[in-house]
Amino acid sequence: MSMRSIAVVGASLAGLHAARALRDQGFGGTLTIIGAEPHRPYDRPPLSKEFLAGRIGQDDLALEPEGEDLDAEWLLGVPATGLDTGRDGHRDKHSVLLADGTRVSADGVVIATGAAAATLPGNAASGGTAGVHTLRSVDDALALRAELLPGRRLVVIGAGFIGAEVASTARELGLDVTIVETAPAPFARALGPEMGAVLGSMHEDRGVRVLCGSAVQALIGTGPDGGRVDGVLLGDGRRLPADVVLVGIGARPAVGWLEGSGVALGEGPARDGVPADGVLCDAGGATNVPGVVAVGDCAAWFDPSLGRHHRVEHWTGAVQRPTAAAATLLSGGTAATPPPAPPYLWSDQYGMRIQFAGHTRPGDTVTVEQGDVAERSFLAVYRREDRPVAVLGVDQVRQFTRWRRTLSTVSTG
Amino acid sequence: MIPACPLAALPRGEAFRLDTVEPPIAIFHTDDGELYAIDDTCTHQDASLADGWLEGCEVECPLHASRFDLRTGKVDALPAKLPVRTHGVVVEDDTIYVVPSDLPPNLPPGARAKTA
Repeated sequence: MSMRSIAVVGASLAGLHAARALRDQGFGGTLTIIGAEPHRPYDRPPLSKEFLAGRIGQDDLALEPEGEDLDAEWLLGVPATGLDTGRDGHRDKHSVLLADGTRVSADGVVIATGAAAATLPGNAASGGTAGVHTLRSVDDALALRAELLPGRRLVVIGAGFIGAEVASTARELGLDVTIVETAPAPFARALGPEMGAVLGSMHEDRGVRVLCGSAVQALIGTGPDGGRVDGVLLGDGRRLPADVVLVGIGARPAVGWLEGSGVALGEGPARDGVPADGVLCDAGGATNVPGVVAVGDCAAWFDPSLGRHHRVEHWTGAVQRPTAAAATLLSGGTAATPPPAPPYLWSDQYGMRIQFAGHTRPGDTVTVEQGDVAERSFLAVYRREDRPVAVLGVDQVRQFTRWRRTLSTVSTG
Repeated sequence: MIPACPLAALPRGEAFRLDTVEPPIAIFHTDDGELYAIDDTCTHQDASLADGWLEGCEVECPLHASRFDLRTGKVDALPAKLPVRTHGVVVEDDTIYVVPSDLPPNLPPGARAKTA
């Protein structure tokens, strides 16, 4: 089927890169870009760092260079509510249904709707109690920033990267910060327990309390209907006073709008820390429905080196994979699939640059190969049966760059 | 003209960060033996290009993989949107010198000036 019209559903990093890739690869047809948020595409990593600290403004987050013209129709501020995959008479054409009743018909669809911040069980309406925040969008960041006032007590629920970055920014802004984590070690999902503990101690260096093995029982509020949060009750009965709470317990793929569409979705809990939900895709981004591909945080591509689907929530995946997905879509699935690059993430905390590439899982060994953990500048290599599978750098950018290159030439499964 | 380092201290394929100037300058010795100097700070976010990956006449930012042409300073790959400045390079008596550009630099948003 020739592609004369393509709808990109999702106007953030992955959607923008998909649109660019389609044009770069010669697609000259009608291009529609649909975004749930009212904003032009913007960069999210600074939302927990420079933007939250107030060092950069909203204009600085723009992802589009001045003068970029993708010759697309932008439908912003209207979430997609459904996907009709070529049934009901017009067999070869898909339709994206939007919240305002609009129906966008297209030969090809790129699913790039991203992920939404997970909320605490039983506290699904995270806006219900004042002072309780999640952080995903620029509007979330503006709301949180307005509450990060010097002297206030912030409790971060979840020792992951979002929580760690907000903790770092909040310390810089003069707040008292506690991080609460259910698992026995902080940051263990991404870094493993050993290096997770090192990162946790880097927070403690700055006066942040890190409480691990502590489940959150309830958020305590004042006044009727929960009012404003004033504490966090832990499973062991401890009560942490709080003026502001950030819930940073991960993200769920924003794929509810695809229910009933026929597009296959993964389900089930994470395995070895690898999320097993999201839109199931092959190693080139194709879904089970012809003419529909998926990219970015919502997409679980099959990773041949892992032998399973793997949903990646990293910025770099949202930048790199759309090139392959666009080729898949434009070729009707005959394009060669790219070799998977090891996942890469970076984080800035307390002025330290943290970089990680690869996959780690329980049982990997970790050795520090450069620098010194005690000096907070080191490079650690993760190995499985003597094979390097991942690398962590803290203020070791040059060495990290070399190691990351090495990893991309070997299988990291 | 600012002295940077002895030529012998910068083998092919390597980079040197001249941080006695503000903002710092990165000098690259390509595999083909050419010397180029550009602003060290990526115009996208605060990262040192001297720590990046040198390939041909391009350097890839170590943080987000923006690529800059060492000859022109132009962006060859996003996310950086603005070019880096290029600077003159002179080798005299086996020492590398830099002739800094008079143009204003394109520093990333929020970058705080660092002292040398």
